[in-house]
Amino acid sequence: MTEQFEPVIVGFLCNWCSYRAADLAGTARIHYAPNMRPIRVMCSGRVDPQFVLKALREGADGVLIAGCHPGECHYVNGNIKALRRFMLLKAMLRQMGVEEDRVQLLWASASEGIILARKVDQMTEEIRALGPLNWSEKVIGGNGHKVAVAEPVAEEV
Amino acid sequence: MSEKVNPEQERVGVYVCHCGSNIAKVVDVEDVATWAADLPNVEVSRDYKFMCSSLGQDLIEEDIKEKGLTKVVVASCSPHMHEKTFRVACERGGLNPFMFEMANIREHDSWTTDDEVAATSKAKALTNAAIERVVHHQPLEQLPVEINPNTLVVGGGIAGISATLELANAGHHVYMVEREPTIGGHMAQLDKTFPTLDCSACILTPKMVDVGQHPNITLLTWSEVEKVDGFLGNFTVNVRKKARYVNEEHCTGCGICIEKCPFKVSDDIFEVGLSERKVIYRPFPQAVPKYPVIDKENCVYFQRGKCKACQIFCPTEPNSIEFEQEDEILSFDVGNIILATGYDLFDVKKIPQYGYGRLANVFTSLEFERMVNASGPTEGSIVLRDMESTPKSVAIVHCVGSRDENYHKYCSKVCCMYSLKFAHLVHERIPEAEVYNCYIDMRTPGKGYEEFYNRLLEEETNFIRGKVAEVTDAARIPEEEGKLIVQVEDTLIGRQRRVPVDMVILSPAMEARADSKEISQLFKMGCDFDGFFVERHPKLDPVATMTDGIYIAGACQGPKDVPDSVAQGAAAAARVAGLINLGTVMMEPVRASINQDECSGCKICNNMCPYNAIIFHEDREVSEVITALCQGCGTCVAACPSGVITGAHFTNDQLFSQIEGILWDVRPEKVTA
Repeated sequence: MTEQFEPVIVGFLCNWCSYRAADLAGTARIHYAPNMRPIRVMCSGRVDPQFVLKALREGADGVLIAGCHPGECHYVNGNIKALRRFMLLKAMLRQMGVEEDRVQLLWASASEGIILARKVDQMTEEIRALGPLNWSEKVIGGNGHKVAVAEPVAEEV
Repeated sequence: MSEKVNPEQERVGVYVCHCGSNIAKVVDVEDVATWAADLPNVEVSRDYKFMCSSLGQDLIEEDIKEKGLTKVVVASCSPHMHEKTFRVACERGGLNPFMFEMANIREHDSWTTDDEVAATSKAKALTNAAIERVVHHQPLEQLPVEINPNTLVVGGGIAGISATLELANAGHHVYMVEREPTIGGHMAQLDKTFPTLDCSACILTPKMVDVGQHPNITLLTWSEVEKVDGFLGNFTVNVRKKARYVNEEHCTGCGICIEKCPFKVSDDIFEVGLSERKVIYRPFPQAVPKYPVIDKENCVYFQRGKCKACQIFCPTEPNSIEFEQEDEILSFDVGNIILATGYDLFDVKKIPQYGYGRLANVFTSLEFERMVNASGPTEGSIVLRDMESTPKSVAIVHCVGSRDENYHKYCSKVCCMYSLKFAHLVHERIPEAEVYNCYIDMRTPGKGYEEFYNRLLEEETNFIRGKVAEVTDAARIPEEEGKLIVQVEDTLIGRQRRVPVDMVILSPAMEARADSKEISQLFKMGCDFDGFFVERHPKLDPVATMTDGIYIAGACQGPKDVPDSVAQGAAAAARVAGLINLGTVMMEPVRASINQDECSGCKICNNMCPYNAIIFHEDREVSEVITALCQGCGTCVAACPSGVITGAHFTNDQLFSQIEGILWDVRPEKVTA
């Protein structure tokens, strides 16, 4: 029996809703996949797309961004700004050849521990099915950045 | 504050907590502590049974003093639980409290899995992330904020009145803003209050008078808040005081103008359309303030330039009627705001099968309240829509629009009780009448409430357990002719029933104000999917909101009866009074700042800020964050294309290091590209 691939997901959770949702999931002893490693930010609007790219480059197989529901943002509408950046980031990741499902966005209020837990389960399964990201091969190697620098001729057409 | 941290020179103390067996049962705590001891910058690493105990905190304190720690990491529970505890411990040891970071290995780890290997590995990742982050922490100073002792209360219903009087009686000034011409809210429209059946007006109007006469209260009725700027302790509020066309200085409230006004319109607000009022009017005789208001839309003088009867007959000197009055914008400063904006009733026309508006003798609960009220349109007699015939049978339909998947899923909490009260009032006024209460479940939790239900059972009210399907006038048998037929499944006998009655009363859901979303945006706080305002914590902080300095009370937070609204009003007032007494509060220094030397002046951040806390200096072409307005969300930090905005305590350095640290076991060999 081959060992099952355990994806590593970095979760950026907003302080007011999603981080508390994760707290609640724990307090309520809801069991879910241990693959998501949370990082607290004050607002999902603080999630610089660079954070996501950094996580993927540093070995994460997926990134979850979680914030308050639209209209419930502690900072009025930071989550909407996160949504805008997320859409752009997805387009960019597609161009890099990174599967869309590796980066996901979730709205989870402080009372929705179960929603956060189920999302982590679901995402873990989806990324497990996709397999490891291997950023250095997929994005930097092959047809990525490194090749373009090494062979400027490839720019024609 | 700007001194550069040199990560090489940091000496970190790591403390891994067992939390009894809460963490240690799943996470190999000793292993995490031993492993952490060998990490770069770690000076000492320990595990301990309860880090939050005084002995655990002493450990930190002693190590800071004896081993010269510069940074501290505690891997234990959620920072929402004990971050403050450990910050204080660091401070006692002589460190700046922000030289601390917490790894949440309980709520986010040991409580979420039984897999010991995975949990231990996750605990290492979280601890390592905290260690790598903490070396980049910089000392920060909390920001003192002065609290303006004045308070704004929005909404003059019973919750707002309760909050206002508590504060005013404690010696603090309150501005009360009410959108209608009088305070009193929904409670002023009610007849009796359950379960004691004391008269609503008799207990409410003295409170209203207190508000009107209190030296510490500035009462602004017929007014609406238009703009709110600022933050806890220092809000600036703009209020539109709509033109009343009556001079409040001169008017004595004698009411002659109302008497002499020759025109009447339907009173759709206070009397819910059951009777008429004059065009210059006072919603009800005990209104506070007593000054009337001219309904400009319907006033013949405003529409056609003729009449002026009110002005002609006004006995005051100088004349109180001022047709040329205009809306005024008042601006004042307050330290805290209490929102008590109340509720709307569900529009029963949305459920056409109940026939409201189509079948004359279907009434809403509020119409019935006005009807049974001795000062109402029928002076207390219960009559059909023709305003004379007495009904011989009455059906009361519970849960109209509430506990209903199609409308509101929630229970409106008060309807069972007032529906029982209605049944009692029908028995009292029309002893021979049959009363049917059609309910889904009878919900009577509250002091004396269940006893009231039992009393109604003895009064021989007919209780039918089932949701009403339809109210119709289509008779099937001669006994149903000319009646309203309530079609309901009686789930206790398992049979469909058709109950012919003369009058049907619908008990609609309490719902959030139609404009609650706009109100929540105006005050920059949250409202839920149903439109009710969101409290900071549903159990432990029910009157505060996520926005510092903004409190909520009464039915704007969720369906509530009078005692609960009063309690919440007083609770909100107590919270505000506490802050006023403190005079100054310390705010988290999580704030953004812009490096003025490197800002390119692109203005991208200017529009990002939800608090308008970023200003642009036209002369120097750079942007600047007004620290006092910044709430620290970090949206501008993420948006700055030049990377020159720093979000204190959530800097790029700190977060990038945390990302690296959290991925310690999967990081590829240093990526070259």
